[in-house]
Amino acid sequence: MTYVPHTAAERRQMLDRIGVQSVEDLFSVVPERYRFPEVILPKPLSELEIMAELREMSESNMDTQHAACFLGAGAYNHYIPSVVDHILSRSEFYTAYTPYQPEVSQGTLQSIFEYQSMICALTKMDVCNASHYDGATAMAEAVIMAHSVARGKRRKVVIAPTVHPEYRQTVRTYTQGMGLTVTGDETLENDLEALVNLVDEDTACLIVQNPDFLGRVHDLSGVADAVHAKKALLVIACDPISLGLYKAPGDWDADIALGEGQPLGSPLSFGGPYLGFFACKEEYVRRMAGRLVGQTVDTQGRRGFVLTLATREQHIRRERATSNICTNQGLNALAAAVYLAALGRCGLARVAQLCYHKAHYAAQAISVLDAYDVDLATPFFKEFIVRCPKPVAEINRGLLDYEIIGGYDLGQVYPELEQHMLLCVTEMNSAAQIADLVEALEEVAHD
Amino acid sequence: MAIKVDPRCRYTKTHEWVRVEGDYGYVGITDFAQQQLSDIVYVEVPEIGDTFSKGEVFGVVESVKAASDCYLPVAGEIVAVNEELEDSPDLVNRDPYGDGWFVKILIEDPEELNDLMKPEAYRQYAERALQEGGH
Repeated sequence: MTYVPHTAAERRQMLDRIGVQSVEDLFSVVPERYRFPEVILPKPLSELEIMAELREMSESNMDTQHAACFLGAGAYNHYIPSVVDHILSRSEFYTAYTPYQPEVSQGTLQSIFEYQSMICALTKMDVCNASHYDGATAMAEAVIMAHSVARGKRRKVVIAPTVHPEYRQTVRTYTQGMGLTVTGDETLENDLEALVNLVDEDTACLIVQNPDFLGRVHDLSGVADAVHAKKALLVIACDPISLGLYKAPGDWDADIALGEGQPLGSPLSFGGPYLGFFACKEEYVRRMAGRLVGQTVDTQGRRGFVLTLATREQHIRRERATSNICTNQGLNALAAAVYLAALGRCGLARVAQLCYHKAHYAAQAISVLDAYDVDLATPFFKEFIVRCPKPVAEINRGLLDYEIIGGYDLGQVYPELEQHMLLCVTEMNSAAQIADLVEALEEVAHD
Repeated sequence: MAIKVDPRCRYTKTHEWVRVEGDYGYVGITDFAQQQLSDIVYVEVPEIGDTFSKGEVFGVVESVKAASDCYLPVAGEIVAVNEELEDSPDLVNRDPYGDGWFVKILIEDPEELNDLMKPEAYRQYAERALQEGGH
């Protein structure tokens, strides 16, 4: 069926009404030479020829299939079991948008419910929503929620300097105009103790990341008690893979847990689409942003799924909604659910252990090099800081010649960490790749 | 269904009531409001010690149909909240002028009570709203 928005007669009528001769006249404000420029295209090619040309172009890209990747800093190269794509490729899932007539989409709701349940189990929190765009926006929603829990009366947000720098930017962007003061991240010298001391009667929440942006793992004992003593909320951002090995936000008595869900079955994919997971204590569920799927029974006692607390959403509550996020990253959340189901408890622990051991093996090997320094004393998970003998950008350019994608240049965001690189090692990095990295670092130092 | 009003209360155009007892006032939502909302599943009340001006949002009532703001009929300080509503929000449906009260306030300025509707005026107001298709 052809879609015809309006007829020639209707078009004529509209033009007459506004006093214009032709549609072309509407573009008269555009300089003539730009109006109908000649587009010079190569001669047409056959599909076979085009495929060959595109393949050749794509091969000039460097990617993690062909280069060893030691870059992390918030986006991680983990193995994605083939079952993830297999389920995702089912059109029932990939063609479905966030359910607007939710209860007829029982399959979609069930998949979201299972995702929520697994994130709760992983983070040891009570409730989890249907997801956000990414870790950064999930954190911004956490701030808005903490502000709302305090009924808008607390106007200060304390955020650790070791929270992902882009998350901190996103928090500031989302909350501008709300009259909040975001503080605590002015200098890396603000350690946990200093941050806790910044929490006062006017503070809505304290946000920490563990493992932090620099890869380091912290003992958060006592933090929640200190924060709760001031009636503020504790927000913990974490790498979901790390929860296979370390204590969960719920173990630290966090009020809100969030993070980037990309490591759970979503590819690096040039930075998106990613997945923000978001979980909290049950007492705050009515302040939680996003959608929430619940399990119930129908009139005949059969299991079914519903969207709960929908009356708080924007289509009903308008500007007083808990958030303007009514959507979710459905396909990425499904990927996370399939990933976690495929790996299971032991599998996830094994991935985390592999990351830990390979990262520590690499850190040890690099620390032996004279030109580089590695802090082996501070506990870390899969990322660690390497002090380099020259600017990180130069080192990274050199590493590319060895088909190695180097680490994150920490000097970009922390002036005190000029010439420091954040290296990431996951289960994807083989012993041979690590050996190549160590050798290449040595070579590049002396170039 | 007929709209019940409590002769002891004064009413707002946003369907809250206040019942004065000395310097204090009990506040809740009207029978008309609970009928319109249908099954109430949650009532969010403020903290004791909070103060609100006349007409300010002091709570949220959530039903299976909507989550609506509640406005304080007169300025005052919250001196008590109805703890029962946390476990039994349906008290608002069953007894909106009695066990379904939301908060008890210390009235700041009794003069403000004069701006509110008397029972019969409110009944007519609510009936008109009902005929016009709800609120």
